[in-house]
Amino acid sequence: MVETSYYLVLAAIIFTVGATGVLLRRNALIIFMCIEMMLNSVNLTLIALARQWGNLEGQIFVFMIMAVAAAEVAVGLAILIANVRHRQSINIDEINLLKW
Amino acid sequence: MLSQYFFILIMSGLAVVLPLAAIVMGHFLGPRRPDEIKNDIYESGVETIGETWVQFRAQYYLIGLVFVVFDVEALFLFPIAVAYQQLEMFAVLATIFFVLLLVIGLMYDWRKGALEWQ
Amino acid sequence: MDTALLFDNAVVLLPELVLAVGVMVLMMVDIGRRGQNGSQLLAGLSVAILLLGIGASVMIWGRAPVEYLDGAISDGFALSVRLVILIAGVLGVLLSRNWFPAIERQGGAFYSLHLLAVIGMMLMGTATNLIVLFIALEIFSLALYILSGFYRENARSIEAAMKYFLLGAFASTFFVYGCALLYGAGGSSKFTQIHETLATGGGNPSLVLPGIALLLVGFGFKVSLVPFHMWTPDVYQGAPTPVTAFMSVGTKAAAFAGFFRLMMTALPSFHDQWAMPLAILAVLTMTVGNLTALRQSSVKRMLAYSGIAHAGNILIALVAGTAAASSAAAFYLFAYAFMNIGAFTVTIALERQYGNENDVEQSRLAGAAERFPVLAAAMAIFMLSLSGIPPLAGFFGKFLVFKAAVEAGWAWLVVIGVLNSAVSAYYYLRIVVAMYFQQPEQAGDEKEQPFVPASRSSVFVVVVSVLAVVVIGLQPGLWADLLRGLGQ
Repeated sequence: MVETSYYLVLAAIIFTVGATGVLLRRNALIIFMCIEMMLNSVNLTLIALARQWGNLEGQIFVFMIMAVAAAEVAVGLAILIANVRHRQSINIDEINLLKW
Repeated sequence: MLSQYFFILIMSGLAVVLPLAAIVMGHFLGPRRPDEIKNDIYESGVETIGETWVQFRAQYYLIGLVFVVFDVEALFLFPIAVAYQQLEMFAVLATIFFVLLLVIGLMYDWRKGALEWQ
Repeated sequence: MDTALLFDNAVVLLPELVLAVGVMVLMMVDIGRRGQNGSQLLAGLSVAILLLGIGASVMIWGRAPVEYLDGAISDGFALSVRLVILIAGVLGVLLSRNWFPAIERQGGAFYSLHLLAVIGMMLMGTATNLIVLFIALEIFSLALYILSGFYRENARSIEAAMKYFLLGAFASTFFVYGCALLYGAGGSSKFTQIHETLATGGGNPSLVLPGIALLLVGFGFKVSLVPFHMWTPDVYQGAPTPVTAFMSVGTKAAAFAGFFRLMMTALPSFHDQWAMPLAILAVLTMTVGNLTALRQSSVKRMLAYSGIAHAGNILIALVAGTAAASSAAAFYLFAYAFMNIGAFTVTIALERQYGNENDVEQSRLAGAAERFPVLAAAMAIFMLSLSGIPPLAGFFGKFLVFKAAVEAGWAWLVVIGVLNSAVSAYYYLRIVVAMYFQQPEQAGDEKEQPFVPASRSSVFVVVVSVLAVVVIGLQPGLWADLLRGLGQ
């Protein structure tokens, strides 16, 4: 049996990769994907911990996260498309109407 | 334990080799005299008119979004199916309520034209 | 569990259920209507549903707290927060009624999302379980992402939605990662269970501090604490003003309520570890919020930074972490709901006057008192209340929070809070001074524009808010008794 800590470390690495992607990439779609990756690393954490504790709550949590992630994608893509219609670009550097 | 998988390995080896052999042999043995009619598209419908690289209408994304959401909501019905024998009345009613929510959402999408293919 | 008891105790979630059924009714009515007819009906219906929700929460007010399915509880704190959010919801719907061009077409979607946001916010205050907490957070966040981009003709509104969504989804992942680690630490998603496991020396205490840190990022984003506040002014300015009014109050109340309950029921034994970082965040939030508000030229951006500063004030109550502090925070949010929504309502009325679509520059307020005496008087009252001048509601909110913090031994934090209030008075009073004592620059231009009467519902909102701010200020004891904290 693989130790829980290995899973936690792997999940933390995936989470960090995702977070770095969000901060560095300029394409809104890729940023979505990175956010999904971060959510999936959380799922991995939860599954590993649920196995360690031997209860189901972690797995239920994973179900909820998956549903929320789907809803988030639906909302996010709709907003993205509305944005593209206004300025024909998904580069987030060009989202610059509002600033101090 | 591992020896059982050995047969699967042999089978997958065969599965790769046999069709490869057929293709390679056909390539070397068959005569080749191409002309215009032979190079025509056949069996898959008529020749296309105009560009084949059409963009999907943006309308398509609506159907995609509706699919993504409803697809994942089906996830919640699996545990109910697994535990079906032990469900209480309350859980059954909760499930019905959940499905009702989805139906109302679908009706809303439908009536608002999100499912129209224009 | 007994089926009858399950139905019986569902009354804990009665306000949420009323609203959920209401949303379905609203959607059915929306698909039944032809073309653009009936958007007034939809507005009336959603106000009625929200009032029913208020009635439902008043109905269960006196009951003993019951925990439902290990996920939600109906104690005094939950009910107080619900009341604040429902009031903000009613006022928000009233403000939106005639505001949008899009609302005639898509009123059903707008009002359903508005009610869904209210449901999520209310759930946030009742959640006693990490899963419910996360779902509640996402319900209202997703609804608000869409609402802030609802003014689709305006590129700024879409842009605000885009920024809010990208940063909000990013922050949510931190929040949920924190939840996962807390679950790993305590072996349960129930707040009380986590506390028990950790207090008896079990679990993985090493996961607690990373968990808290990650939760703080997500939570700090939602209430716009300072290192995570950059989205706030952009979204507040770009979003339709009625939505801004609603969400500035609603998200703060919901997120603070959820975080209060999480920190005080799941992690009270770690108070020593989390109080100090939160205190530092509070200092940063108040100071940066107030100092940046000084330099704003747009009224909406100024109110956004003032909202950041107020989040810092409420955070002081969380740092104190006592039952009295939580009821003080509930009172603060109650007062804040009226004064902040009131200020945004006046902004909406002025937007109409100046023909500007979605914002007002402060420079245009010069001499406003002469042209719009009633609006200017109302704005003055809200500004005085926001800055915490004594006989008004805002003062007692600050007073109760600071008092609870001093009692818990955080006197130095309160000193910084009071100093910040003095700074904030400058930019609030600057608006009052501009309206009453300055002359408009191009007097000719301004006079030519015809007077646009404010809509009846926004007049109603202004009147209610002014009355509430004054009455709460004159009779603070009454409301302080009504709004209860955790474990009271």
